[in-house]
Amino acid sequence: MNAESLEGEDRPGHTGYNYAYLDEQTKRMLRRALLKAVAIPGYQVPFASREMPMPYGWGTGGVQVTASIIGPSDVLKVIDQGADDTTNAVSIRKFFANTAQVTTTTSSERATIIQTRHRVPETALSDGQILVYQVPIPEPLRWLEARESETRKMHALREYGVMHVSLYEDIAHHGRIAKSYDYPVLVEDAYIMRPSPIPKFDNPKLDNCPALQLFGAGRERRVYALPPYTRVVSLDFEDHPFDVETWEESCAICGAQDSFLDEVVTDDKGGRMHVCSDTEYCNKRLAAQGRQEATA
Amino acid sequence: MTEIPLLEVESLTRRYGRRIGCQDVAFTLWPGEVLGIVGESGSGKTTLLNCLSGQLPPSEGRVSYLTRDRGAVDIWEISEAQRRLLLRTDWGLVHQTPSEGLRMGVSAGANVGERLMAVGARNYGEIRTEALHWLDALEVDRGRVDEFPDAFSGGMRQRLQIARNLVTRPRLVFMDEPTGGLDVSVQARLLDLIRRLVSELSLSCVIVTHDLGVVRLLAHRLLVMRQGEVVEAGLTDQVLDDPQHPYTQMLVSSILPV
Repeated sequence: MNAESLEGEDRPGHTGYNYAYLDEQTKRMLRRALLKAVAIPGYQVPFASREMPMPYGWGTGGVQVTASIIGPSDVLKVIDQGADDTTNAVSIRKFFANTAQVTTTTSSERATIIQTRHRVPETALSDGQILVYQVPIPEPLRWLEARESETRKMHALREYGVMHVSLYEDIAHHGRIAKSYDYPVLVEDAYIMRPSPIPKFDNPKLDNCPALQLFGAGRERRVYALPPYTRVVSLDFEDHPFDVETWEESCAICGAQDSFLDEVVTDDKGGRMHVCSDTEYCNKRLAAQGRQEATA
Repeated sequence: MTEIPLLEVESLTRRYGRRIGCQDVAFTLWPGEVLGIVGESGSGKTTLLNCLSGQLPPSEGRVSYLTRDRGAVDIWEISEAQRRLLLRTDWGLVHQTPSEGLRMGVSAGANVGERLMAVGARNYGEIRTEALHWLDALEVDRGRVDEFPDAFSGGMRQRLQIARNLVTRPRLVFMDEPTGGLDVSVQARLLDLIRRLVSELSLSCVIVTHDLGVVRLLAHRLLVMRQGEVVEAGLTDQVLDDPQHPYTQMLVSSILPV
């Protein structure tokens, strides 16, 4: 976090907005909430969410978190469903390049802050990096208990039996835990947390991760966090243990067998292909293969 | 039987502002005993039950419960966490309307298994076996374990609700009009079933009802309430056969003869 902010008038061509769009008081409020969130891993901290120049559901929570922690020396990467080149990812990158004069990148290794929607990069993260998640619904108990007063009490008293009721239902009706994304996790044996709609394939990456992970929900006005090296366990039953999805296919572009694959329909005759959801990972593998061929 | 009562209530009062919900109620409930609370609508029966079962804090008085491990405790002195734990392990609570006591959005099996999962059961096979056992015990067709409660008839829902409560083998069950809203033949079957379970599991029960037939069948002892106060108490047969208070006399004589 390079908190030194720039004075608005010092920056050429960007008058009228404070550094990184949000005013300094808002950023202080957010940082205070984030510090509390880091201190209590998995606990949802309320914050005064602001209107952002984008619709709810497009990452207003994530953008506010990023804006409050970003500084001029940061390098920003933004991904949407693993891709660096979708509208949402490109717009948010441009937004911060404009308002915060940061360098942007598509490289997970070079980035100091990675804002993400629905994926964790395939490339392993390292110390000092920050992963910012965009969260639609932060409350894991929401579909089971509609009252906010009651869900807060359930968190406070760790009354989490009902979470397993939803997993029981899955097994009773589908023969297995059918939940494939936003799979609930238990953080440090204390709070149950929604990891945002990442595929359950990414859940193991949350556990003992060297990077700081921050979660922002703009509409629901909550932030929560996983400090580096936090223990994160996906919920399951003894006789139906948690597992991640696997594919018989490999990526049609780079041939990867270990990454999360998207199925792409290619025509109306049943043609389809599987490709890496993480475009940077795919490109990196392609480049490496190109170099191998060049040297061979 | 032990020397210490399971539930001991002293001068329990609940006011709603200047209005009185129930006033100065005192009784003891011994292990294995079934206590009926009767009275007309608005007489404070449900207020009393809510105060006893940890749902509604009383204005005055104490409710002392004999826990398994810590002796007698005042349920309004212990922490909310302990009170809620008590309510989903050692106690059962059967609502008048099954949809209040059931999770209508999950299957019958999950409804019965919920309490087990709440106290840490994490083996799907064992939870399911236990759920099926209690469906059998309550005469719910085990083939319907994966169906949702809204596909069940009123009587089946009520039996499912009781199964859901008994799965942690509670010692004390509170029932609020358990047969209300059911037709008479279903009522009779449910009462038979409750009576059998109460004696088999040696449950203690507090049953609130306005139906004197229910307490005649189930309750050992009776409290008659009127305008928030207990006007008569005693053995069920004694109270019903030889009512002393004018209100009880009126209540008994207003049963329609068949």
